[in-house]
Formats: sequence, structure tokens, C-alpha cells
Amino acid sequence: MRLTCTVNGTEQQVDDVWEGESLLYVLRERMGLPGSKNACEQGECGSCTVYLDGLPVCACLVAAGQAEGREVGTVEGLAAPGELHPVQQAFLDAGAVQCGFCTPGLLVATDDLLARARAEGRTPADAEIREALAGNLCRCTGYEKILDAVRLAADRTAGDAR
Amino acid sequence: MEFLQPATWAEALEAKAASRDAVPVAGGTDVMVAVNFGRLRPSLLLDLTRVPELQQWDTEDGVVRLGAGVPYARVITELGDRLPGLAMAARTIGSPQIRNRGTVGGNLATASPAGDAHPALLAADAEVEVASVRGTRRIPVTGFYTGVKRSALADDELIAAIRIRPPSGPQQYSKIGTRNAMVIAVAAFGLALHPDRRAVGTGIGSAAPTPRRAPEAEEFLAGELDGLWDSRGELPASTATRFGELVSAAAAPIDDVRGTARYRVHALSVMARRTLTWAWADYRKEATTCA
Repeated sequence: MRLTCTVNGTEQQVDDVWEGESLLYVLRERMGLPGSKNACEQGECGSCTVYLDGLPVCACLVAAGQAEGREVGTVEGLAAPGELHPVQQAFLDAGAVQCGFCTPGLLVATDDLLARARAEGRTPADAEIREALAGNLCRCTGYEKILDAVRLAADRTAGDAR
Repeated sequence: MEFLQPATWAEALEAKAASRDAVPVAGGTDVMVAVNFGRLRPSLLLDLTRVPELQQWDTEDGVVRLGAGVPYARVITELGDRLPGLAMAARTIGSPQIRNRGTVGGNLATASPAGDAHPALLAADAEVEVASVRGTRRIPVTGFYTGVKRSALADDELIAAIRIRPPSGPQQYSKIGTRNAMVIAVAAFGLALHPDRRAVGTGIGSAAPTPRRAPEAEEFLAGELDGLWDSRGELPASTATRFGELVSAAAAPIDDVRGTARYRVHALSVMARRTLTWAWADYRKEATTCA
């Protein structure tokens, strides 16, 4: 089947999509966007987290056809090419990236958390950060550096408008 | 495999009538896992996310009619006050990503004994509104679960909505797993106090072939509370303990990878005792705030 949706602001059309295919497979294998990672394929690990109509979801659990006409946002769309989004910069500065496999999902989940907090004119509390990232597994860092990165990004972007 | 995306409820029901083995998909948190792992290859994947009625909730004669496709995240943010027990259950589900997609309708359709919404729905006496081209019927949730991952849904029917009366008293929910997020319950318990009809509702999860109530525990507690509803007096500790014992006696758990039957029985007695203690404390507090 044919799938048409907007990905990172650009309309994309792909053909020969298998009806049981996931949005994650379409992004990685048909649209050349391998930023979203494929690990558990059952929504457990969060490494495939993308925005679907503005909400973070596991792309592995979205049937490709369900994205028809929808807006998808991936880690590739966070910053302009060659630039780093403040959340990406904070992850680097805080040493929150080790093997890097979970990082794209964490970046999207963190971006969503900080955007919601900024909309309410505040920075997230630690408990809120832990809850927001509870669906993103990291086997390297032990999470402490990730929490540091989120706090750093929250402080750096506190005054920004969405 | 075909993929069909009906834009209306009538079209969806016609499609299901025409392809009885069609698998409906909403949030995909169960269905897509099975598809990804090659365990499910239906002739037709019936995407219900474009049917507007399923994504809405409203109130009819004081009863909340929750569209089957409303995701858990919205149950929490939009219905936390009207459906507190279900919202508490929803908060324990998966992760933010899962709660943005997973639905109560999907939980019912899967009918897993470990489904997190079931204990809250049982305790609140919810009704499941199902429909087919033949018409619409309501199934009390107590009679909805017929076996492990089996339900009273006929092969041409789809779940339209869940009907729940907002509470007249406190509701509580408790779930045990190895961490807070992303766990399938080892055991779960839902409790609803109904002071308007002097009754008690319970729901047991992950501790029997189906989600189920604990009728003897409900009757026992309703009897014990008979003299306490009006006075809102202190609940004897022995009553809470006995309630816990009767709840665990209603379970029929098995040993599996998540826990032993013995642990589940113990956990249920503790959760039932604690949730009752919390709910009764809420009920007593209500009196002070009202006065």
C-alpha cells in the first residue's frame, strides 16, 4: 500500500508498504531515517520514540497505515542539519551518551517533557523527569548522567518560547 | 493482510461483519506487538483510530460514556475527577508513550487477566457497550471476561464504549510489579465504596484466569460498614484484615514467570487491606471537608 504522511515538516510518500508494517520500519527502511532505533519491538524500551501528531509514542507500535496523513517528528527533526538541539547539546555536555542506542528516544521524550514544562513556565522536578523517561531504557549510563542532562537542558531553555 | 481505515462507525461495523477474523487495532500496544513478532497475521487489520465517536467521551444521565478509543493519557487528564479508580489504574500503565496510545477498549478486547483497567472497571460496576450491524447491547463488565484472553464479544462485534457511573464514594487501586513503569501486574486490586447504595465493589487482576470480583469480601465489608456509613467512625483493623483475607480467598492464581500463586494470594490480602484503609480514611476526611 501507499503511505503519505508529513515527517519533520516535509511530506513523504512511500509505496509498497506491507500492511502489517510498523511506522518505525517505514521511517528506518523506507524513508532513510535511521535515527529512531529498533530494539524491543514491543514498546518496552522507548528507543523508537517519535512524535505522532505532537505526542511521543513508540513508533514500533504504530501500524504504518495509522500514520496516513499524520505529522511525524523524529530525532532527525529536532535541530536543523549540522546543528544540535539544546537537549542534544546538554546530553553531550553532561556525558549522558555512552553507546548512544537509547539516546534518540530519550531526546524526543526529553524534548516533549521540557516543552510541556516551558508551556507552564517552569522546569520539571526530578520526580517528573523520572516519570517522563520511565519508558526509555538505558543499559549504559545508570541514568544519573541522563538526569543531569535533562536538568541542564531545562535550565538552558527555561526562558525559551515554544 | 489487508489494512482498512473506516472513517465512520457504520463502516467499521460493516467491515467486521464481512470479515469476522478481522483484528481491530487502536493504540496497537497489544496488536502490533503480536504482529511484530509474527504471532498475528489476520486477513484484515481494522484501524479504528479514524472513527470519531470512539475518540470521545460524554455524560449521559450522569453516566460517563467513555469511547473505546480514548487513550489512557486522556482518561488521566480529562476524567481523573469523574472516574478516579480507572484514572488511578491508567497511571500505572506502561509509560507515557504507551499511555498516549493504549485504550480501555483495547484492554477489554485483549481481555488479559493482567489487564490493568479491569479491576477498576469491575469495582465500579462498569458496562461494556458493544455493537455490530445487528445492533447494540450492553454487557456488565462482570460478565464480559469468559476465559484467559477471551470475552463475551461476538465475532462480528466491536467495543463502542465503556459506561461508568461516577462514584458516590472513594475509589482506590493498587498494583504490584517489579518497578513502577512498564510492568505487567504480578497482582492488582481495585476497590470502590458506594455509600449511596451502601455497597462495596472489588476487582482482582492477575490472580485468576480472568479478572474477577470478590463477592464474599464485598458482602462481608458491606455488612461491617452498615453501622458506619453515617457515623463515618473508625474502621476496626480486624475488619480490614478479614476483608483482605476474603479478597485473597476469591483469587485462583497460578505460578508463572512473574510470581508464585502463594505470593499473589499474600499480595492481594495486603493490597485489599491497604486500599480499604486508604479509602475509608478518604471517606472520613470527606465528612470533615463537607462540614
